[in-house]
Amino acid sequence: MPLSQTRKAVAIKVEGVDLSYGDNHVLKNVNLEIPPGDLFAFLGPSGCGKTTLLRLIAGFNRADRGRVLLDGEDITPLPPWKRDVGMVFQSYALWPHMTVERNVAFGLEERGLPKQEIGPRVAAALEMVGLTGLGGRRPSELSGGQQQRVALARTIVVEPKVLLLDEPLSNLDAKLRVEVRRELRELQKRLGITTIFVTHDQEEANTICDRIAVMNNGEVQQVGTPMQLYEHPGNLFVAGFLGTANIIDGKLVSNGPGVAYEIPGGGRIELPGSAKIPLHGRLVFRPQSVSLVPACTPPSPSNAHFLSSVAHREFLGATLRYGLTLGNQEVLIDVPFRSGDVLHEIGAKVSAVVPQSALLWLDR
Amino acid sequence: MPLPLTLPRIRHAAATPGQYALALAIAAFLVLTLVLPVVTVVVVAFKDTTGGFTLVNFADFFGNELFQRSFVNSVWVAVLTVALATVLAMPLAYFTARFEFRGSALIQTLGILPLIMPPFVGAVAMQLLLGRNGTVNLLLQDWFGFTIPFMEGLNGVIFVEAVHYFPFILINVTASLRNIDRSMEEAAQNLGASGFRLFRRIVFPLSMPGYVAGAVLVFVKVFDDLATPLLLNVKDMLAPQAYLRVTSIGVADPIGYVICVVLMLISVASLGLSYAATAGKDYATVQRGGGGLTRRRMSRNEAIGAYAIVGLILALVLAPHAALLLLSFATVWSFSPLPDAYTLAHYTRVFSDSAGYIWNTLLYASIAAGIDVLIGGAIAYLVLRTRLPMRHWLDAAAMAALAVPGVVLGIGYLRAFYAVQLPGGQSLATFWVMIAIALAVRRLPYALRAADAALRQISVSLEEAAENLGATKPRAVRRIVIPLMTGGIVAGFVTSFATAAVELSATLMLVQSNSDAPLAYGIYVFMQSPAGRGAGAALGVLAVLLVGVCTYLSNRVAENGNGSSHH
Ligand SMILES: Nc1ncnc2c1ncn2[C@@H]1O[C@H](COP(=O)(O)OP(=O)(O)OP(=O)(O)O)[C@@H](O)[C@H]1O
Ligand SMILES: [Mg+2]
Repeated sequence: MPLSQTRKAVAIKVEGVDLSYGDNHVLKNVNLEIPPGDLFAFLGPSGCGKTTLLRLIAGFNRADRGRVLLDGEDITPLPPWKRDVGMVFQSYALWPHMTVERNVAFGLEERGLPKQEIGPRVAAALEMVGLTGLGGRRPSELSGGQQQRVALARTIVVEPKVLLLDEPLSNLDAKLRVEVRRELRELQKRLGITTIFVTHDQEEANTICDRIAVMNNGEVQQVGTPMQLYEHPGNLFVAGFLGTANIIDGKLVSNGPGVAYEIPGGGRIELPGSAKIPLHGRLVFRPQSVSLVPACTPPSPSNAHFLSSVAHREFLGATLRYGLTLGNQEVLIDVPFRSGDVLHEIGAKVSAVVPQSALLWLDR
Repeated sequence: MPLPLTLPRIRHAAATPGQYALALAIAAFLVLTLVLPVVTVVVVAFKDTTGGFTLVNFADFFGNELFQRSFVNSVWVAVLTVALATVLAMPLAYFTARFEFRGSALIQTLGILPLIMPPFVGAVAMQLLLGRNGTVNLLLQDWFGFTIPFMEGLNGVIFVEAVHYFPFILINVTASLRNIDRSMEEAAQNLGASGFRLFRRIVFPLSMPGYVAGAVLVFVKVFDDLATPLLLNVKDMLAPQAYLRVTSIGVADPIGYVICVVLMLISVASLGLSYAATAGKDYATVQRGGGGLTRRRMSRNEAIGAYAIVGLILALVLAPHAALLLLSFATVWSFSPLPDAYTLAHYTRVFSDSAGYIWNTLLYASIAAGIDVLIGGAIAYLVLRTRLPMRHWLDAAAMAALAVPGVVLGIGYLRAFYAVQLPGGQSLATFWVMIAIALAVRRLPYALRAADAALRQISVSLEEAAENLGATKPRAVRRIVIPLMTGGIVAGFVTSFATAAVELSATLMLVQSNSDAPLAYGIYVFMQSPAGRGAGAALGVLAVLLVGVCTYLSNRVAENGNGSSHH
């Protein structure tokens, strides 16, 4: 019997959630809406409250304030066993005194399914995660990757309304991680089940998730698709956390007809005349948005540009990364590497250009 | 997105009603069976004849020459026992920690062997072997014309107790030596310390917490022991005096209670001292890894010396066992190095006349161990897995039983429950169930620690995973927690059972008729008269077998349990 794929996917909504452990305010007014069928990531540095939020949705943590809704139904008052929210634990939490089969059958037994239905459904779940034939083993007789699959099978076999995965790949080695995350994505799309995936690895979130909530310090910083977050980070934290960003301190000064950004310690960035300049915030741009032009090239009015010298150079394979000195700061620049290119030497004077569309002014 | 800051702040109960009910039931049990009797004892000690507060009873106690002597004797015996036990234990601990010594397995056995024979069982047998007219002294007299007073007066108590209790020191010291990180010793060597200096500056301080814990345990056990001095006919010590006052003068005599308070104060003070000395100073386990000291091979002479010492101690430990066995098969054994002839009559007699003792023992010890496992497991769960307010008080209350000597608990039961009438007109204090309950209370700390240790090994997420898949809390406990704790629970049960089966101090106070008496009491009664000694020894052999088998089983289970519940 295949796992039914007919069950309708469910939307998750988190409303105004606050949670403290004593004086430690761990979640601060968290609001999220996760559309049905999404593979959604909680991404943030260690200790920012991802696990706490996930456990709150599963019913293991109680909020001081706020609600969790599944398809509009408030599940806040329900204990964990009545929520029908499947969770895969970071440590897998496989029961060592039960075989793989018994582990997977547990949830069905608790739901009072007749025996003759349990067997086939367990077999189907094990097949789905590629563990057919290992049902008789104890968890201690499995590899890390196999244990991870058992934990997944144990959860999806009960066809929960939503699936919560707490750093499900962190116990796997680098190669297996890439393999399993792709499988996970395929399985999730096949089942169509709304899934939250906790990780502190941005590459993991970027490659498999539909949308990401970036968290820091118990607050949701921004929600969006990986590309949205990368191209339009909402604040300095998101810009710095996703990929590499140049975050430059300076002061706006008027420069004859136009405006320039003056860097402490000498150096300035000439801003394009048509730029929308906010009243506060810092200048942010990605290393790959910058191109180097010969120092004598006349500036174009639609780009920002600045003069600088090369402080260091790293060869990264497909790209070359230059570190440029600008006042008391350093600006990173990535240029594609093609063999035969002429390299700028350390100390060389260069002129750098950033298109206006790549300039961001961000706060916080 | 709206900011629903208007949502009310939610107040959550810290625990479920079921957990509250369980905690209350346990609290009620502990109050009735432990707190109330102990408080009764203390209150009576401070009451005058009209019921007012007084210190007169204490003045009487400290003004009386017999009690002064008893007090001094008790302290003397406990201190010298610790000293002698240290002398026995230290070389053994050092050999196993420092050398690659083949005799280490033997030493491990030595660490358990004495404990399976209650000291009072060995006492009479030791007298036959080492007493004034015992085997050794008769031979010494014949061959060399002198005797050694091993068993004269207090010496006998010290000797018997030290041989019985030295494993507590051995086990604790060995454990701390094993936990010493090898790198600590190597760091000291690297900085130039070696030989005895290294031992004094590094090894000795690091093993100190283990030694103090073991030594205090021995001190308290010996200080509180009632049966050994009684059987060796030493009456001027504190525990025997408490017993004699209450049984000969009556439950109304306040001096018995004063002695109880003194016993308890010394227990509490010693355990408090041990706690203060070891808390936060468990240096040995601060560093992960352990591995113990670097072991080296013994030279030939060292090995000979070591084997000689181990052999001597082994002989000492086996002496009471051997003597007991001989006595149980002896027709007559007095004023001669060995029994005159051998017989099975004592065993026949024990099985035909005294089967009741054995049956009672099995019954009481099973009930006690059952209660311990249930309550110990429940307290461990409430403390570790719930957020019940005041849950640590349950743990503390149960552990407090450690500081209550058996005599004190027994006297407390007599006093607190004497006036309570059962439907049949019998007093609650003399109802046999109270013996089982007293045993349960006394063994609860051990069962609790076993359950606590077992539960700590089970990751909380295992339970949460079950709840996540639809199991309610009670079902998650039943299907996940209890099966995984089985090893710890069984080990706790067997330990409680084995030690309850041979406990005598509280029992001695509570047994009112022979038909309610357990094995230990039977041995005590038989051993009182020379004619009964053979049968007493036969019962003693049975007791040793019972405890020995249980100890073996509990070790086996604990080892297996570790394997399967490891996550
Ligand atoms: N049971 C607890 N009691 C007290 N504080 C806690 C508890 N659990 C978590 N915290 C605190 O709450 C904060 C958030 O923890 P959480 O486990 O949610 O972080 P996380 O984002 O999952 O981090 P990681 O990536 O390291 O898993 C941390 O500061 C942590 O110290
Ligand atoms: Mg986490």
